[in-house]
Amino acid sequence: MNLQEYFSLVFSDYTLRTITLGTAILGAVTGMLGSFAVLRKQSLLGDAISHAALPGIALAFLITGAKDSNTLLLGALVSGLVGTFWIRGIITKTHLKSDTALGLILSLFFGFGMLLLTFIQKQPNANQAGLDKYLFGQAATLVESDVWLMAIVTGICLIVMLLFWKEFKILLFDADYTKTLGFNTKFIDVLITTFIVLAIVLGLQTVGVVLMSAMLLAPAAAARQWTNSLGTMVFLAAIFGAFSGVFGTAISASQDNLSTGPVIVIVASVFVVFSFIFSPSRGLLFRQIRFIKNRRDLEFQKTLSFMYHIAETHEDISHPHTIKILNNFQGFTRKTLQKLVDKNYVTLDGAMWSLTEEGFETAANLYNQNFKKHE
Amino acid sequence: MSNAQFEIQLIASLVAIACAIPGTFLVLRKMAMISDAISHAILPGLVIGFFITQDLNSPLLILLAALTGVVTVILVERIQKTGLVKEDTAIGLVFPALFSIGVIMIAKNANDVHLDVDAVLLGELAFAPFDRLIVAGINIGPKSLWIIGTILTITVGLLIAFFKELKVSTFDAGLSASLGFSPVVIHYGLMTMASITTVGAFDAVGAILVVALMIAPAACAYLLTTDLKKMLGLAIVFGVFAAVSGYWVAHWLDASIAGSITTMLGVVFLIVYLFAPNKGLIAVMYREKQQRIEVSLLTFLLHLKNHNEKEERHVNHLNEHINWQKVKSKTVLDLALKNNMILIDDKIVALTDKGDEFTSKAIDYIITNEDAQIEDMKEDFFLFRG
Repeated sequence: MNLQEYFSLVFSDYTLRTITLGTAILGAVTGMLGSFAVLRKQSLLGDAISHAALPGIALAFLITGAKDSNTLLLGALVSGLVGTFWIRGIITKTHLKSDTALGLILSLFFGFGMLLLTFIQKQPNANQAGLDKYLFGQAATLVESDVWLMAIVTGICLIVMLLFWKEFKILLFDADYTKTLGFNTKFIDVLITTFIVLAIVLGLQTVGVVLMSAMLLAPAAAARQWTNSLGTMVFLAAIFGAFSGVFGTAISASQDNLSTGPVIVIVASVFVVFSFIFSPSRGLLFRQIRFIKNRRDLEFQKTLSFMYHIAETHEDISHPHTIKILNNFQGFTRKTLQKLVDKNYVTLDGAMWSLTEEGFETAANLYNQNFKKHE
Repeated sequence: MSNAQFEIQLIASLVAIACAIPGTFLVLRKMAMISDAISHAILPGLVIGFFITQDLNSPLLILLAALTGVVTVILVERIQKTGLVKEDTAIGLVFPALFSIGVIMIAKNANDVHLDVDAVLLGELAFAPFDRLIVAGINIGPKSLWIIGTILTITVGLLIAFFKELKVSTFDAGLSASLGFSPVVIHYGLMTMASITTVGAFDAVGAILVVALMIAPAACAYLLTTDLKKMLGLAIVFGVFAAVSGYWVAHWLDASIAGSITTMLGVVFLIVYLFAPNKGLIAVMYREKQQRIEVSLLTFLLHLKNHNEKEERHVNHLNEHINWQKVKSKTVLDLALKNNMILIDDKIVALTDKGDEFTSKAIDYIITNEDAQIEDMKEDFFLFRG
């Protein structure tokens, strides 16, 4: 199947439609909530939570014995929340720093989860196969009810976000001020963290424990480059996330042997790289262009002021000088000289140059902030 | 205990020691998450190395994968330097991308690669004794044992040789630079060592356990001591303890050795986290409670000092005036009485000379914030120890 076939099949084929819709919704909701995680400097929290959810899945299976994905996700949610609040406990109550706390919870919970998974695999119970799909995710196992669940959770997320938009925003940018205004910061904080955990848990089945953090971060990091407004950023992140989901599914469906999770992550990373380079205000490309332009302007001014200092010593400011004497000076290039001629600051006559009246005037006021006539 | 069992425990213990040493420095340098990033990001290097050498234990493959680890660190730093995103976001962006590339490379070549992503993430210690190194026809022990032994020897050698440099650059990069040891060289040296250790420990114990073995013992040790040498020693002890006890738990449950070693590390950390003498959760909560009482005591003494009127100093009045609950008021009164700060005469509270002096000093301290004023009070009161 190639990409074209994929897009023609997307609307008719049940499996493809379900998977595409599922990954798109997932990308949108993780992008949205990821924006908050990135801005709250909790980027790696997603990584820790997704790993910490693993023992919850295994325990839920051990207790209920059922492989119903809703039960397992509930287990994942509980264990993800326990992990999150333990991380917070370690950071606030001991002198261990946040990176240590994250790494600890991540690896310890994941290891415990693996212990449980291998323990389950040795159980005389034929039902246990397929739990390890949560490690790397298998979008192919998505069914319509999973997509409905995602859609409902996304809906709730949206409603809560719109209801508490002001609170989320103010907590994000000035926590102390929020407190003085009388908001219950603890409640808002717990609310937003819970939703981040929820989004991560939703993605486990599709993208898997290991790569889930990228789903949270990449769309948000890409969106951040294009705007300085929170609303736009959340919206853009949702779009980027949804497109990563759709493209990732499309590419992995059109090739053999490609699991969806890693492809989605790579597509999202491509979005990030693209944004890093081509964003107009923050991007590396335009930053470099601006840098070069500024340097040119500086060279231009340096040449002009050098000419001015030479012309100053002569009674007639338009007295011709050879171009050679400019060579001693760094600011001079053939281009800047041409630019000076274009602006009518200098006239050229063979190998000689002379400053015009206008050029002299400008040069004299080059560093005078009040003189803006020529700008 | 059979020979294979002994060898597994020996390998696990050596891995634990080899991880604990760089781990301690990573935790101290607030770079613990870098080890997580490295452990995931070396996957593409591992796969490419495997294509070239066709042998998971070849030194070339280890070097190649370790190089990927260092490249990851550099990539993270470069992204961070652009100022477009914060450091943690940079880490979170780089390693899933590299890991995904590795997973896809394995998937695309699934037919000719005997490399399994599960094995990379989790390792299989139980099989380690069966892959033996044979030199000139003589069986000289499991390959993993030799690999990790070599890495450990190098790590210990470097640690002893550069201990002073590591110590100075970890705690004061500026001082280190001014003394002539480049913090940059030490930084990349440490990163290289961490990468090599991660790769070497990889196929024995897997990516996640490497992270656990690096961070958890060091974090436990950090809660117990503030001495670098003691911290290294404790981290090694915790690591080895978890390795050996974890093996027996796995043996008993018939489950993954890597998983149960991590779980043992978790248990050790939980115990230390709760019960560490000065920095554990219980000690911290107790101290916070003491501090709260002492702040109350101080407020109470200040109140007494400010009021000479009898009605202001009546026991019953205090309840409503400072707005304390009964139990709290009683605790504070008892504490003040026990320290001879106050006298209660016919339900009227009065400051003693000692209490008066103490209060003046405390006010002085609060106003000037000079430690010298309260040197002698520190013994009695938690409040002034911070």
